[in-house]
Amino acid sequence: MNLNLLKTGAKLLLPIFVVMALWLLLRGHNAPGGGFIAALVFITGYGLYLFAYGVEASRRILPFDPRSLIGVGLLTALFSAAWPVVWRQPFFQGMWWSWDLPGWGPLMLGTPVLFDLGVFLVVSGALMIILTSFEESRWNS
Amino acid sequence: MLAAVLSCYLLALLQPIFHPFDRRRVGWLIGLLPMILTLQFWGLSEEVGLNPLVESYAWVPFLGLEASFLLDGLSATLALMVLGIGAGVMVYSGGYLEDHPDLDRFFSYMLVFMGSMLGLVLAGNLLLIYVFWELTSFSSFLLIGFHHERPGARGAAQRALVVTVTGGLMLLAGLILIGQAAGTYELVEILAHPEVIANSPYFEAILVLVALGCFTKSAQVPFHFWLPGAMAAPTPVSAYLHSATMVNAGIYLLARLHPLLGGSDLWFYLLGVTGLASMLIGAVTALMQEDLKLVLAYSSISVLGVLVMLLGIGTEMALKAMLVLLVGHGLYKSALFLVAGIVDHVMGTREVRRLQGLSKIMPITALAAGLAAFSNAGIPPMFGFVGKELLYEAGLAHSGWYYVILPVSMLSSMFLFATAWLVGVHPFWSQGPKHPKTLGEPPLSMWLGPTVFALAGLFFGIFPGHLTQRLLEPAVQAVFAQPVQVELELWHGLTPTLFFSILTVVGGFLFFLGRDRLQLRSFALRPLAQLSPLRLYHSSLEGLQRMATIETRFLQNGYLRFYLIVIFGSVALLQLVGWAYSGWVFPLEWEAPDLAELAALALIFGGTLAALKVRSFLRGIFSVGVVGLGVVLFFALHSAPDLAMTQVLVETLSLVLVVLMLTKLPHYLKRSSRWVYLRDGAVSILFGASISLGLLLSPAFEGARVSLWHKALALSAGHGGNIVNVILVDFRALDTLGEISVLAAAGIGVYSLFNLKRGRTP
Repeated sequence: MNLNLLKTGAKLLLPIFVVMALWLLLRGHNAPGGGFIAALVFITGYGLYLFAYGVEASRRILPFDPRSLIGVGLLTALFSAAWPVVWRQPFFQGMWWSWDLPGWGPLMLGTPVLFDLGVFLVVSGALMIILTSFEESRWNS
Repeated sequence: MLAAVLSCYLLALLQPIFHPFDRRRVGWLIGLLPMILTLQFWGLSEEVGLNPLVESYAWVPFLGLEASFLLDGLSATLALMVLGIGAGVMVYSGGYLEDHPDLDRFFSYMLVFMGSMLGLVLAGNLLLIYVFWELTSFSSFLLIGFHHERPGARGAAQRALVVTVTGGLMLLAGLILIGQAAGTYELVEILAHPEVIANSPYFEAILVLVALGCFTKSAQVPFHFWLPGAMAAPTPVSAYLHSATMVNAGIYLLARLHPLLGGSDLWFYLLGVTGLASMLIGAVTALMQEDLKLVLAYSSISVLGVLVMLLGIGTEMALKAMLVLLVGHGLYKSALFLVAGIVDHVMGTREVRRLQGLSKIMPITALAAGLAAFSNAGIPPMFGFVGKELLYEAGLAHSGWYYVILPVSMLSSMFLFATAWLVGVHPFWSQGPKHPKTLGEPPLSMWLGPTVFALAGLFFGIFPGHLTQRLLEPAVQAVFAQPVQVELELWHGLTPTLFFSILTVVGGFLFFLGRDRLQLRSFALRPLAQLSPLRLYHSSLEGLQRMATIETRFLQNGYLRFYLIVIFGSVALLQLVGWAYSGWVFPLEWEAPDLAELAALALIFGGTLAALKVRSFLRGIFSVGVVGLGVVLFFALHSAPDLAMTQVLVETLSLVLVVLMLTKLPHYLKRSSRWVYLRDGAVSILFGASISLGLLLSPAFEGARVSLWHKALALSAGHGGNIVNVILVDFRALDTLGEISVLAAAGIGVYSLFNLKRGRTP
């Protein structure tokens, strides 16, 4: 099978998928998107790359260990849930902050956005590990 | 008070940071926290007799669960015991487990326990009490099973957990009933109106449930059998949890609720009989043991029985005796346990028969042991003597049952005297072989704690005024719910109680001397062991496991197809039942599909038919994918772009996964028989039909629509235009948290399965 097509395609598509995932993640609160969907998009791109280049190469392009994503993501989600408790609010109460950015309008950020980021990280991490494990076992058997 | 509790948990979390430090110093460092807290609470306790401190934070307001704390005489007494003894034990543990590789883990568990126990005695909300109650059971489980490589320790830990958590559930039921009857879970409010509970129709149920919960925790007969097993824990744990603090939790709660539940006949007989049985059985069994720690464990059961019985009597005198004995027991028993640990550490054995003449090699430890044993035995001028005098007075003063209470108290006190002698005096001051010069006193960290506890017992015995003014009098007031005067004295004059005390010493000494003969006699009782609660526990656990095995073989037989049939079949059946329950209503009006919907339908049907026809995995997955895309079209047509997007991505990813696994899967074979095809087809059609029916029927049911609420609040309260996402990350964020936790676990599971198979450590 000619892998060149797949390899070139994967290389070109991965950054597009990453950007698209981030875009979906950020817009998720007001328009279709969100952490889960963003993670699926990201994983689709990453899976393609994994397919074309194999486990070692795809691990090398990551600046982090996919296993740590799960932990970081869960902690992020938990932090967003626990943060209101520090301010004597109920667990998981959404807290929001708003800034007026000059030339752009108001920007609102809150703990649910952070929670969404946590969801994105956990889903990405778990799926990356699962895909990598499958792929590895494919070559080792 | 919240800060005090949280500081323990924080320090527990920080344990890994202590790892690189010098191991011998860690104990001192960690002991600092309880020492500081002890001083702080000693300062706080000055005023609590007159006006108790109350502190409250909102936690889960709509459940009535407030993080509220109450510091009165009773909780201050218990908190100071938890912290003071905790300080000594932490320092001791540093020396005792010096060489253990998992010292950090040990301290972490101990600190979690200390925080939970402190929270338990300070909590001012019934539900909060329960939370801490279970946390102590849980940390006790971890500590008993600390040597998890030993099967014995694991079994003992499981036993302790099963017994105490079962009791905990009963307690929870009792506490909820109190909350239902009183309309609040706040202790202060409930205690202000005891008549509400007394007149409640649930009064008997509340009393029995709470008492059973407390009996399991405080190791009362017939739930006592977990405590001797708990001796599998490292000795500092036995000294701390299983003699001085956690087992007192049941006593504490009974005392705390005494103003509500005490005074009735049921209370008196339930607690009286249980207490009497425990004190006698515990004391007699204790003398029969050969292991120092087991002797101490059974004698703890006996003393806890005394406390329960005194609570049952519930007179002013009895409650005074209860509190004095509670404090006295905490001090001498933890000292004796720590001494037993030292003996084990130095001599390498805890067999009472093999220990003689130890005072020559470790005089300080011997002094601590002797003083603690004197307190245990009830010899003046120790604090234990004051307690025993009060016990006899309370028994004598009981008008109805003094002729039972007094003799049983005296008999068990004689046995306790004999056990105290056996543990604290005999190993040290008896004639024995010469010990090698290399053996000697343990390091300071180890003898300091027991010596301080033993000396405290002596000090409070001679000068009880310091303790009574500040702690005991307010504590008795809190339990008795009336102002009382507490004045303790060593010397009461030539009273009947003095005569009983002398009789106890003489009888106890005779029991000690006749121990061998008593042991021989006790062999005759061996067959009774068949009826012991431990046996019952084991057989019921075995039965449970056998049932679980049968059930697992049936339900989890490993055939994916069978699982699907069970799941689909049950869903279809439930739908049918629900439909029948609603009276077989059938929706008559529906809209005709438009062209786009018809196209989607065609895709779905086509895909399904193709999936049935094709003969290879890849094509099968493709066909199912087409079905998925048809569903996507539906989502898109009905303004659910989120769902459509997710569906597309999931279809894509599952295709990727299947392609990845393609080489691993067997070839597509026609293996199913005709009958299997028919069965699968029937289940599929039934399932599909029932789901369709459910969807068709759902608009027919009137009622509050949660979707309208979501729609109304998404932008105003959730600050988001995307309702689906606001639901996921805000309204139902807890569900999402659960889901991503499951996903994380699944990811780790897949990873370890793949790596384990290749014999690699992940």
